[in-house]
Amino acid sequence: MADQDVAEQFAQSIPALLAKNVERFGHRPAYREKEFGIWQSWTWAEAADEIRAMAMGFLSLGVERGDHIAIIGRNRPAHYWAMVAAQMCGAVPVPLYQDAVAEEMAYVLEHCGARFVVCGDQEQVDKVVEVEDRIHHIQHVMYTDKRGMRKYDHSRMNALEDIVAEGKAGHFRYQGEIAARIAELTYDSTCVMLYTSGTTGKPKGVVLSNRNIIETAKNSAAFDHLGPDEDVLAYLPMAWVGDFIFSIGQAMVAGFCVNCPESPATMMTDLREIGPTYFFAPPRIFETMLTNVMIRMEDAGDLKHGLFKHFMEFAKGTGEEFGMPRYRVKRSKPTLRRRLRWAYRFSMGIGFSIETMVENAVRLAIVRLRHPMEHRKYFTAKGPILNIYPQPLRDYFNYRTGDVTIYAPLKNTLGLSRIRVAYTAGEAIGPEIFEFYRSLGINLKQLYGQTEASVFITQQPDGQVRADTVGVPSPGVEVRIGENGEVFYRSPGTFVEYYNNPDSTASTKDAEGWVATGDAGFFEEGTGHLRIIDRAKDVGKMADGRLFAPKYVENKLKFYPNILEAVVFGAGRDRCTAFINIDLTAVGNWAERNNIAYASYQELAGHPRVYEMIREHIDEVNRSVAQDPMLSGCQIHRFLVLHKELDADDGEMTRTRKVRRNVIAEKYADLIAALYDGATSISTETEVTYEDGRKGAIKATLRIEDASVAPEGQIHREAAE
Amino acid sequence: MKDMIEGYTTADGRQIGGVLMELKNITLRFGGVVAIKDISFDIREGEIRAIIGPNGAGKSSMLNVISGFYVPTEGEVWFRGERRPAMRPYQVARLGIARTFQNIALFDGMSVLDNIMTGRLTLMKSGLLSQALWMGKAAEEEDAHREKVEKIIDFLEIQNIRKTPVGRLPYGLKKRVELARALAAEPKILLLDEPMAGMNVEEKEDMCRFILDVNDEFGTTTVLIEHDMGVVMDLSDRVVVMDYGRKIGDGPPEEVRNNQDVIDAYLGVAHD
Repeated sequence: MADQDVAEQFAQSIPALLAKNVERFGHRPAYREKEFGIWQSWTWAEAADEIRAMAMGFLSLGVERGDHIAIIGRNRPAHYWAMVAAQMCGAVPVPLYQDAVAEEMAYVLEHCGARFVVCGDQEQVDKVVEVEDRIHHIQHVMYTDKRGMRKYDHSRMNALEDIVAEGKAGHFRYQGEIAARIAELTYDSTCVMLYTSGTTGKPKGVVLSNRNIIETAKNSAAFDHLGPDEDVLAYLPMAWVGDFIFSIGQAMVAGFCVNCPESPATMMTDLREIGPTYFFAPPRIFETMLTNVMIRMEDAGDLKHGLFKHFMEFAKGTGEEFGMPRYRVKRSKPTLRRRLRWAYRFSMGIGFSIETMVENAVRLAIVRLRHPMEHRKYFTAKGPILNIYPQPLRDYFNYRTGDVTIYAPLKNTLGLSRIRVAYTAGEAIGPEIFEFYRSLGINLKQLYGQTEASVFITQQPDGQVRADTVGVPSPGVEVRIGENGEVFYRSPGTFVEYYNNPDSTASTKDAEGWVATGDAGFFEEGTGHLRIIDRAKDVGKMADGRLFAPKYVENKLKFYPNILEAVVFGAGRDRCTAFINIDLTAVGNWAERNNIAYASYQELAGHPRVYEMIREHIDEVNRSVAQDPMLSGCQIHRFLVLHKELDADDGEMTRTRKVRRNVIAEKYADLIAALYDGATSISTETEVTYEDGRKGAIKATLRIEDASVAPEGQIHREAAE
Repeated sequence: MKDMIEGYTTADGRQIGGVLMELKNITLRFGGVVAIKDISFDIREGEIRAIIGPNGAGKSSMLNVISGFYVPTEGEVWFRGERRPAMRPYQVARLGIARTFQNIALFDGMSVLDNIMTGRLTLMKSGLLSQALWMGKAAEEEDAHREKVEKIIDFLEIQNIRKTPVGRLPYGLKKRVELARALAAEPKILLLDEPMAGMNVEEKEDMCRFILDVNDEFGTTTVLIEHDMGVVMDLSDRVVVMDYGRKIGDGPPEEVRNNQDVIDAYLGVAHD
């Protein structure tokens, strides 16, 4: 153990870690990429040779210490190698978003002063060529995919593989220089520079040192027990800090294999073929997967449909207990006892599932006889009749049965069979989506992070996972809540600076190293979990000084499929009120099924039964909001359903569909006034802009209804019990 | 005018070689109907040759003559300096002429991969028995062919539908698969019968890019029939214009565009 510590002390840069991995795992796969329909793989030793050769090739082009090498392309081993090769030369890799338009790319290239650019394909090269005449410092462009590149002017352009060949040829000339430059790397030299997405203002270049990356990767790998036999699928943009941490930081520290998909379009197939054990995806991806499953289940046979419904319902309560992967205890060889137990459980699972399927098939046949037209409505699947075990064991075997019939095949289809740890982050994930994956036995957790923190600020430990928190501070990270509710952190991963931007650095990071996240949140009493409520600048105070976090409540409302948008008011007032936008697809569908006729969006929105439905949703949200002592003031007292959809053409939303609060407050001032003066209905006239730019007006009389507000103390006690 | 024996270089720097195929005084009759009337033109190595004309002009018939499906009633087809005798279509295919069809002709139940593999049938050497038993040379040979096919799949960016049955694909992708199958035969001449019919603008642009890339990368001589004038003018090096089975124009796109006969054929003539 002590030896290992000493060894690790020397691994103070990514190239050093790479050398160590060659020693430790030389013949294990380090990178895989699917090409020409086959997974090509490189062992650590092979990858290290390639990277070295590439670094020497860079030297032959004249890469100097401190140069910036921009890398633009999809996830491919060659691009990851280019980053490490750049570090070997003492240069700084700068991965860029490949879907950026030429203009955005120009800004970043200009700002970092890159002399060398590695492009993925012709498309990226074109963009660089387009802006080259404005940015004079680009000296050489390299490309990975040779396709369509023959006609270009090759005086300052080369295929990356030719550079590698050049490096191999110049081995003797450059090896001394490379060794010297690697030796110069310290724990505090720059590891990578990543640009923030720049949703507010120009993108900023976040400088992360070796210390930031390696410390963070070490801590987080230990937190989730990541070892050399993990498999990850690298499909997230390379310019994003998460991908750098997962595919380079943690992969180098833990020594696991990085798999690159064949093309973005084959990501799902490749996911299935690789079956990663460690996986990260934004909520959107989990959502899409779930939607696909649901759509395909609707088309499935009745028996499958019934069993799916039954077992998913069953898993909701029990998945957490029976489904989660247990952490492997390192044992050299399974004992006979464990083998027997495993065989017994497996055969029991199969036995019960055959029984369940046969029983249910018979029941379905009988139901079909009685209700030939609507058998799906009357048929509900059941677990096995034969119940020879006491309750806890029965649940266990029921879950095993579900595992054999539904969960395992489903996980296999999704490519999530082998998942040990999966993370989601970036935005709030719907609780029912979260629960769906958890109950299948997929260890999906949430984390909260930032580029400036080298990702990890907080994450959820195993066994303490919930949809509404983002977990406890990651190992080595200190978190405190500022006076206005803003979250501050200090960690070994805290960025060095914004490149060439001392002003922004100073305003973000104070002298003691505390960094403001810009998000408001609070620690939950008892559990110590952090909950993020909103962007700090959007969080306000109500008249009596209680916290007002509109987005927190709006997100809760928007998780209902019937609600498309919600706008909550209450800053500086004594109570909260809300505008609701119904989702025409979902509510329209519902109306059709319930024989509610409507001629227009406006009519449907004003329908008493729609109001009733929305009120139920709001009541539920109020009950859940009341459980938070900090936010109980945000319960919605009165609401109305808007007669038109909030629209970007009318300036009510941004193009990325974020609500513009002040525009709405101004435009609908009469409605807001009515929400607070106790009126039960209000007539209004709203100007709308049609898609062709013409303007028109909608007149409407809107009803205003009261929602029931939950008393906070009582509910809180119930929840605590 | 360009030298008839030696090649020339196009504006974007591609080398066009000598004459690969020459059609001399082709006439094709179906009973009393004259589909093609005394047409002669040549196809040079490495060029993109377009055949255009109003509906019923005889373009597809011309393509069928080139592909050997129709035997011309009169006239000669010269291929690589030799006169081509009347041949069965599979014999022509073995000579290195592959084509796509106006109405997609793929095997709907088979996967994309299998469909493209069929394109290599003419190149497979091992016998029926060893293929059926999957023994000896057959397995080895299939690996080699599969590699070539995978390169084409990669080239046409259809990796994500490799295993999908063709019947489930949208129209634009089917067209692309058909192109892939034609390419799999490693043709000397690639015949495309309306490769862009029924596509939206984006799909057309993709297809154009693929045709240009194929020509650029493999140096494949391409003959295409197309209605979209913009596409034809952008893609092709030389254009043959047909109307009522006659050739009314032949030359580079700009020249053809200004040809009075061509304008008349497309816009109509006033009868006074």
